[in-house]
Amino acid sequence: MASEHAPPNMTEYIKHHLHHWQVQMPGTEGQFFLVNLDSVLFKLLAVLVFLWFFLRVSRRATSGVPGKLQCAIEMVVSFVDGMVRETFHGRSKIIAPLSLTIFCLVFLMNFMDMIPVDLLPWAWANGHQIAGHDPEHAFLRVVPTADINTTIGMALTVFLLIQYVGIKHKGVVGFFKEWFTAPFGPAFAPANLLLRVIEEAVRPLSLSLRLFGNMYAGELIFILIAVLTLGASLDHFSTYLLGAGQFIAGFVWTAFHVLIITLQAFIFMTLTIVYLSMAAEHH
Amino acid sequence: MIPNITLVIQGLAFFAVVWLVMKFGWPHIIAAIEERQAKIAEGLAAADRARQELADADARVADEIRKARVDAVAIIDKATQQANQIVDKARTDAIVEGTKQKAIAAAEIESMAHRAREELRGKVAQLAIAGAEKILKREIDANAHKDLLDQLVSEI
Repeated sequence: MASEHAPPNMTEYIKHHLHHWQVQMPGTEGQFFLVNLDSVLFKLLAVLVFLWFFLRVSRRATSGVPGKLQCAIEMVVSFVDGMVRETFHGRSKIIAPLSLTIFCLVFLMNFMDMIPVDLLPWAWANGHQIAGHDPEHAFLRVVPTADINTTIGMALTVFLLIQYVGIKHKGVVGFFKEWFTAPFGPAFAPANLLLRVIEEAVRPLSLSLRLFGNMYAGELIFILIAVLTLGASLDHFSTYLLGAGQFIAGFVWTAFHVLIITLQAFIFMTLTIVYLSMAAEHH
Repeated sequence: MIPNITLVIQGLAFFAVVWLVMKFGWPHIIAAIEERQAKIAEGLAAADRARQELADADARVADEIRKARVDAVAIIDKATQQANQIVDKARTDAIVEGTKQKAIAAAEIESMAHRAREELRGKVAQLAIAGAEKILKREIDANAHKDLLDQLVSEI
C-alpha cells in the first residue's frame, strides 16, 4: 500500500479509506449514476451467505432432533417470530420473514466492520498492483451499512411496505382518509396532513441515519485507531508504545462493536415491525 | 505484498476478540443450543415412550378382554355341565327313592295282609270252638283239645 513507498499522510489515509469503489453507470453522467460497487458487492455477499445458510438448513430441516446449525437458526427464527407476534397484531404473512431477513442481513453487513479495517483494502490494492493498475486508486469500503445509500435503500423499502400494509389493512379510502382526519379530527385537516407527512418522512430518515451513523462512526474509529501506527517503522521506540495502544484500543473497540452491530441490526428490525404494526392499526 | 505493522496489529486485535468471544460468548451459545437439542430429543423420546405405552396398554386391554371372554365361556360350560349333572342326579335319586318307597309300601302291605290273615285265622278258630261248644253243650277243655284246635287253625 501507500506506506511501502512514502510515509503516507494521515488525511490521505483516511480519505482513501472513506472512498468508495465507484463505477459510473454506462451511458450516464453525473454523481447520481455513480454506483458504489463495493457496497453492492458486499451486500450481495451478505445476501448469499444468508441465503446459503438458511436455505440449506431449511431444506435439510428435520422434525427430529436438529443439528447444531439448524438449532441455532431455529433459535434465531423463533426469536424473530416471537418479536413479531408480540409487536405486530395485524394480519400479514410478510412481516416475520421480512423481519428475519432484515435482522440477518443488517447483522451480516455490519459484521464486515469486525474484519480488520485494512485487510480487505490491502488485499484489494495488492490485487490491483498485480493486475498492473495503480494501487493508489484501489478504493474499497467493505461495510455496506456504513454507506448511506445502502441504509436509505433499505429504509425506503420499509417505507413503501409501511404504505402497502396501511392500504391493505384500511383500504384505499380509509388509508387516505386517515391522512386528513387523524389525529385531530376532520376539522383540522391541514394540520393532520402536515403531521402525517412529517411522520412518514421522519421514519425512513431516522431508520437509515441511525444505522448509517453508527456504522460509519464505528468504521471511522477503527480507521483512527489504525492511524496510531500509520507509516511507523520498527526502528523507533514510539512505534512499540503506539502499537500497544493500537492493539488495546482496537481490541476494546472490536469487542464493543460486537454488541453494536447486533444491537443496530436488532433496532432496525424492531423499528420496522413497530412501524408496520402502527400502519396496520386504526387511529 | 508485505502487510504493514498497522494491519498486523489490527489482525492481532481481531484474533484477540475472536479469542474473547470463543472463551466467553461461544460456550453460552453452544450451551443454549445443546440444551435445546436435549429438550427436543427428550420430548421426542417421551412422545415415543408414550406411544409405546399406549400400544402396550391397548394390547394388554385386548388380552384381558380375550381372556375374560374365554373364562366366561368356560364358566358357562361348567355351569351347564353342573346343571346337567344335578338334574341327572336328581332323576336317579328320585328313581331310587321311588323304588325304595314302593318296596317299603309293598312290604307293609304284605305284612298287613299277613297279620290280617293270622287274625282272621284266630277268629275263625274261636268261632269254630264256640260252634263246637254250642254243639257239644259242654265246655271243651281247651287244654285237652289243644292239639286238635291247633291242627284246625293251621288247616284254615
